[in-house]
Amino acid sequence: MTKRLRILIGKPGLDGHDRGAKFIARGLRDAGYEVIYTGIRQTPESIVSTAIQEDVDLIGLSLLSGAHNELFPRIVQLLREQDAADIVVFGGGIIPEEDIEPLKQAGVRAIFTPGTTLNTIIEFIESCRQDQKVS
Amino acid sequence: MPSRSESELTALAQRVKAGQPRAVARAITLVEAGGGAGEDLVDLLHGAFGAARIIGVTGPPGAGKSTLVDGLITELRRQERRVGVLAVDPSSPFSGGALLGDRLRMGRHAEDRAVFIRSMATRGHRGGLTLATTEAAGILDAAGFDTIIIETVGVGQSEVEIMSTADAVMVVLVPGAGDDIQALKAGIMEIGDIYVVNKADLAGAAELAAVLRFALRGEVDPDIADSEYLGTEHAAGYDPRDYPAAQNAPQILLASALDGSGLPQLIEALDQRLAQLDRSGELALRRRQRGAAALERIAQSALRGWLAERGIVAGDPQQLLREFDSDSRGPHRFMRDKLQQLTRSREGGDL
Amino acid sequence: MSEPIDLEQLETARREWDKTVLTPALEKNPGRDEAALRTASNIPLQPLYDPTSDNPATYLERQGFPGCYPFTRGVQPTMYRGRLWTMRQYAGFGTAEQTNARFRYLLDQGQTGLSVAFDLPTQVGLDSDHSLALGEVGKVGVAIDTLRDMEALLAEIPLDEVSTSMTINAPAAVLLAMYIVVAESQDADWSKLRGTIQNDILKEYVARGTYIFPPGPSMRLIQNTFEFCARKLPKWNSISVSGYHIREAGATAVQEVAFTLADAIAYVETALQAGLNVDEFAGGLSFFFSAGSDLLEEVAKFRAARRMWARIMKQRFGAQSPRSMTLRFHSQTSGAALTAQQPDNNVARVTLHALAAVLGGTQSLHTNSRDEALALPSQESVQIALRTQQILAHESGVANTVDPLAGSYVVEALTDEIEAQAHDYLERIASMGGMVQAIEAGYVQREIADAAYTYQRQLEDGKRIVVGVNRFTTADEPHRDLMRHDPGLREAQLARLADVRFERNEQAVLQALRALRNAAEQPGENLMYPIIDCVRRYATLGEICAELRRVFGEHTQPGVV
Ligand SMILES: Nc1nc2c(ncn2[C@@H]2O[C@H](COP(=O)(O)OP(=O)(O)OP(=O)(O)O)[C@@H](O)[C@H]2O)c(=O)[nH]1
Ligand SMILES: [Mg+2]
Repeated sequence: MTKRLRILIGKPGLDGHDRGAKFIARGLRDAGYEVIYTGIRQTPESIVSTAIQEDVDLIGLSLLSGAHNELFPRIVQLLREQDAADIVVFGGGIIPEEDIEPLKQAGVRAIFTPGTTLNTIIEFIESCRQDQKVS
Repeated sequence: MPSRSESELTALAQRVKAGQPRAVARAITLVEAGGGAGEDLVDLLHGAFGAARIIGVTGPPGAGKSTLVDGLITELRRQERRVGVLAVDPSSPFSGGALLGDRLRMGRHAEDRAVFIRSMATRGHRGGLTLATTEAAGILDAAGFDTIIIETVGVGQSEVEIMSTADAVMVVLVPGAGDDIQALKAGIMEIGDIYVVNKADLAGAAELAAVLRFALRGEVDPDIADSEYLGTEHAAGYDPRDYPAAQNAPQILLASALDGSGLPQLIEALDQRLAQLDRSGELALRRRQRGAAALERIAQSALRGWLAERGIVAGDPQQLLREFDSDSRGPHRFMRDKLQQLTRSREGGDL
Repeated sequence: MSEPIDLEQLETARREWDKTVLTPALEKNPGRDEAALRTASNIPLQPLYDPTSDNPATYLERQGFPGCYPFTRGVQPTMYRGRLWTMRQYAGFGTAEQTNARFRYLLDQGQTGLSVAFDLPTQVGLDSDHSLALGEVGKVGVAIDTLRDMEALLAEIPLDEVSTSMTINAPAAVLLAMYIVVAESQDADWSKLRGTIQNDILKEYVARGTYIFPPGPSMRLIQNTFEFCARKLPKWNSISVSGYHIREAGATAVQEVAFTLADAIAYVETALQAGLNVDEFAGGLSFFFSAGSDLLEEVAKFRAARRMWARIMKQRFGAQSPRSMTLRFHSQTSGAALTAQQPDNNVARVTLHALAAVLGGTQSLHTNSRDEALALPSQESVQIALRTQQILAHESGVANTVDPLAGSYVVEALTDEIEAQAHDYLERIASMGGMVQAIEAGYVQREIADAAYTYQRQLEDGKRIVVGVNRFTTADEPHRDLMRHDPGLREAQLARLADVRFERNEQAVLQALRALRNAAEQPGENLMYPIIDCVRRYATLGEICAELRRVFGEHTQPGVV
């Protein structure tokens, strides 16, 4: 039996444009995942603590304001500090090409830029399952 | 899922008892998944169950249950309580996925280490969910959370199931939209220890509370006595005034989860109710019943697992049908013989 | 003279055409996929519209003449023949000085109005040194912490000559206070100041997310600014009721119209409660809509909105003055319609959007830059965007007659349809007790989320085509010279904030804040005055909002996904 994956969709930072995050949240539900949506204006601390309590397998972050270089790595960092580095972090939003590599270096597994389809994200999630990165 | 060795489970149980969030969360995942590891873990922690008080919160969708729980957490934290919350939302019957939205309203407690909120999806198992929530509540209990709140999905049978999961049940209703009448019909009126008329900031709250006081306690509010609600009762040939309120008749309270008014009173009523249940021996009785119900569910779930392993349930129905088709006996006879054969043969094996 | 049209004869002819020409043609080729033959908002389109779909007998009632009730054809009699729309590009990034330089560049290039974007900490009333501002300072707009930043932002711009639009909502009163205090120091007369504060909190709850306080106290702040502007800033628009963000959040055109008007109705009611007379303040209401790619539907949308608003103001609120009945609006080309893929295609899209806004009779227009979906627009992109408007104004010819698409059978039919559907929404919302209640119940958010989800699914299933995204794609091309944020910006802003805190008279600041809190506790007080006092003494935006947060509390998002 395959495990039913749990995914947190969160919006760190201050921007309130949650159209994309909500679409992903619903779309992942319709693809059979259990999705926890945290709403807007979440601190990195609250996202990490929610992810831990919910025992999620992945965290998807959506951010449109441009604060990704500060906030995404901070979340990865907090996960490491709290013995939860196995939780896969991916992100999406308006993220310039040249920021992607450094974010991956910092531990964000994948970055999806505008126009990415839900299927691409699902493929990514399933590849994580396959890689045993998700236990 | 990788299988877990005994020592791993013992270590996990230790960490649960130490209240480590990661461990508590993992443990709940295990009991929720319902496999052998979860069962072993429950057995390991079983001795640490029973200290916490478990409050069920139920009511129709959108009544404000989550918002109310958020407010209750704040109040309970003021009393330095450690609060665990299990918030149940439905799984999609089509995809099996779920969008777990209850904790969205409890966001302000995310960083409080003395609050642990966990969302659970119904995952299609009916009675099984009750077992999973009971056991998840046990995990939180073992981890030292002294008050555990379970928010139900608020549709169908879950209201009744909550009775066999919680020490006390809070029913949340809202004025307007005919919810009150619906509730009377849905049998929700038999299960509550406390009835909360939420959204008291909206029109109609006082009236609904009066109707509830009349229906549940036989009390008549002179201002509302002639309202249409009472009319419907009379028409049904039933007048609660003929049945004086029992000493332990439920309390009816007004609250507004949105602005927090009425919440301290709610907590106080809850404390009183639990104390009263305790004094009267009712609490102990409920817990015994809960234990019995859990045993029954464990038996059911074990049997179901056994049947599933043999393709009798949740297997390939075509396979079973083909077997049945080539058989001239009736369905009952067919199944009885098949089961008998399975239990006798070696492949029947252990449960 | 020609005979009036004989409708009956026409209908017979149309039926004949349906039977003998259309049906056989459809049998041969049933046409493209159904979803593609609907408007962007899912309104099904007929294969053909003709005079039978339009009743000339109701012309005056439905269309009328420009500058006259019900204003379907435009708010002024001559529209762009008299004066072109205001070309107003939203700008704001980094420090106040950088934005100031961009403003002066744009004014040099022929832009006629300023539009200020603020960064997110400013929009939610936090100072740049707040922990939640990490990574956000100067990102989506300019950071304003104190009067000192506002002084730098507006340096050497003659405030009694330009009109300034500020995209600010929850703390609008504070930013307005800063603006007028700077004007004062320039010796510009308050009565001459022209501009707009967005000040539309209701759409923040449903679509944009930069709210601070709960609805009740927020509406009070809006009431206070209405009253203040009506008395002291006669040329100022005290609110810009915004459908733009509602649409961008995924709403349909119908929802954009309906929810924006529902918001506006709530604001009018608030002003009336404050004891203002309808005609005293309604002229200060302005609107802000999105202009998207579905040209015909968008034009119809603008026309429907104008007609509905005129009717609401006249019939429901008993407005007398024509100005109170006119829906004057700013429009911005849709950001959500732009694509990160093949960004140059966005120039074509923006042209389409801008054309829709102009054909729809907009009063002012912001055209997005082609690289908006990628990052901050470069100077070159901003220029192309502005040039697009200038080409429409001076070369396309569409500005030379009033409401040129009127009488198009399909546009009139769509105008009627959008009005009818939006009207249903308004009734529904009224039955829930009004927009504030509908929002608190999560109804509006749910409707928008459903529409957004449906649309996105159609895209992903290939039922709708977006060029370069799900069709006609090319291999990834490298992005060109995008503007980057200056990494030292946050430090510079923090240093300036620290300087102000050090130099100001702390005692005076505390006193002013105290007075603000006292006033906030008295529901009858107009908070504009104590806020102006705080601003003058260089209290920070964060301090002012913190004082109000203490009294008003904070709003949390209702959980709608
Ligand atoms: N006016 C008012 N609205 C409230 C109150 N409490 C909750 N609400 C609103 O009611 C809506 C539903 O609240 P929830 O707390 O999600 O209700 P729920 O019962 O948990 O809903 P489900 O979990 O979906 O069944 C939200 O929009 C809340 O803001 C209240 O006291 N007054
Ligand atoms: Mg809930």
